[in-house]
Amino acid sequence: MVENRPFAQFMAYLTLAIGVLVVAFPVYLAIMASTFDAATIINGNMPLIPGDQAVENYTRTLFYGGKQAREPVAMMMVNSMIMALGIAFGKILISILSAYAIVYFKFPFRKTAFWVIFITLMLPVEVRIYPTYKIVADLGLLDTYTGLILPLIASATGTLLFRQFFMTIPDELLEASKIDGAGAFRFFKDTLLPLSITTIAALFVIQFIYGWNQYLWPLLITTQSSMQTIVIGIKKMITTTDALTEWQIAMTTAVLAMVPPVLVVIFMQRLFVKGLVETEK
Amino acid sequence: MEKRAHFSGWTLPLLLILPQMAITVIFFYWPASQAIWQSFLREDAFGLASEFVGFENYIGLFEQPEYYRAMVTTVIFSTLVAFFSMSVALLLASQADKNIRGGHAFKTLLIWPYAVAPAIAGVLWIFMFHPTLGTLARPIRAAGIDWNPMLNGNHAMILLVLSATWKHISYNFLFFLAGLQAIPKSVIEAGAIDGAGPMRRFWTIIFPLLSPTTFFLLVVTVVYVFFETFGIIDAVTGGGPAGQTTTLVYKVYADGRLGGDLGGSAAQSVILMVIVIALTAIQFRYVERKVQY
Repeated sequence: MVENRPFAQFMAYLTLAIGVLVVAFPVYLAIMASTFDAATIINGNMPLIPGDQAVENYTRTLFYGGKQAREPVAMMMVNSMIMALGIAFGKILISILSAYAIVYFKFPFRKTAFWVIFITLMLPVEVRIYPTYKIVADLGLLDTYTGLILPLIASATGTLLFRQFFMTIPDELLEASKIDGAGAFRFFKDTLLPLSITTIAALFVIQFIYGWNQYLWPLLITTQSSMQTIVIGIKKMITTTDALTEWQIAMTTAVLAMVPPVLVVIFMQRLFVKGLVETEK
Repeated sequence: MEKRAHFSGWTLPLLLILPQMAITVIFFYWPASQAIWQSFLREDAFGLASEFVGFENYIGLFEQPEYYRAMVTTVIFSTLVAFFSMSVALLLASQADKNIRGGHAFKTLLIWPYAVAPAIAGVLWIFMFHPTLGTLARPIRAAGIDWNPMLNGNHAMILLVLSATWKHISYNFLFFLAGLQAIPKSVIEAGAIDGAGPMRRFWTIIFPLLSPTTFFLLVVTVVYVFFETFGIIDAVTGGGPAGQTTTLVYKVYADGRLGGDLGGSAAQSVILMVIVIALTAIQFRYVERKVQY
């Protein structure tokens, strides 16, 4: 700050503290709701301090599920984890290979290939859902992990990110490797990959969150309850007829659904920020 | 930009690029072209035969009052979320940018909602504002307002705007903070020496220098509201009550799945594609003038 103004400092703290409280309140309330029984929540007088039903709620949610669906949330979390990891690793793998080809090789239609990939940056899966659904159905991939994962890794973000990063690597490194007799595989494995570790990790963090939070695509292509992801599962717990909604189970599920991606953001904050800023979403 | 040194050979690079090409063509170009083709077809009631109908699906779309309503809803929804999420984020970022102790902790405490799935964000907010059991709905009802987002379209929209804003503040905060930190301190100090107070400095120096970030975030936020809020809408209102919170993207989903009108749904998809391409083009047009993060 330019001048020393204690009052301005105080206002800054106050604003930020209010901001943090407002941001945290919905989640605090969900955590509280996951520690009460259904009756306490339904009568609309839920206290703001924890109740004593936490163990009961979490074990029931994880291993048994709601009264209506009876699908254990632990299974949904496994599905979400497989999908999120599949999308993250899949995207990293295909995009680092294609970026390597585009940057370090001269081959016919290289520019065309780049543009073909680049254009996919523009269209989110939401605008082409039904035709994509039909293709996945024709390929017999409904209710499979492959069907959940593959269509979502068709995007240019990763390729562009790696291309951008490879461009910053000095040409001298390749020239030196070539003089030392390294081929394309050796250069990739011994030089490029070690240099790319942070970029890979940053992309991983962003893609993991993206994959875990997918909604529309799993909603369309999973019909069996055993393939459901947690984000879809929670929607089904909140029925329109209020009497049937078990809010304590729904809110416990919401808390469980937030835990993995939020932990990733908090503990890998530096990589997360890097990934977010560099992929620009 | 090109590399000076290269590997030679064709087969290896083509093999390396093949997986991405295959996935892109199968799951991107093929369905996108199907969407365009389908938008010119009409299927019979049983989905057995389809005939080429030219622009009829598009014309039909623009004759539907619901389509205009979805458009208006989308515009209102995007405007409100963009305004609130950006102004709150800028306020918080400008405070966090001040040289205060614990600034980093505040940053951590403000960015994590980015990781919450839109549908989960919706569930959190509907729980707080649920007409009968919501902790925050009771004071509103006690104040004499008949708060019910399940029945009142305006209330439903307020709830959607709140949840969508809550989730997006973290993203805008992060970029505004980066933008603020990139502004050279000497410029601000020069303003202070010339006698400009903090407010004056903010509006005449910082805010204009921040405009590339602001513009970038505006485009990103609009794209976010268009597409990613699908989960919020589906979890909170399901497009209701009576279609009053149905946005363009939600309508594509609802018409194709619930209504079975694939031609009309495809035509809507194509219009959406055009909108996104336009938005992205605008974004890239200004990308060069963007500040360095």
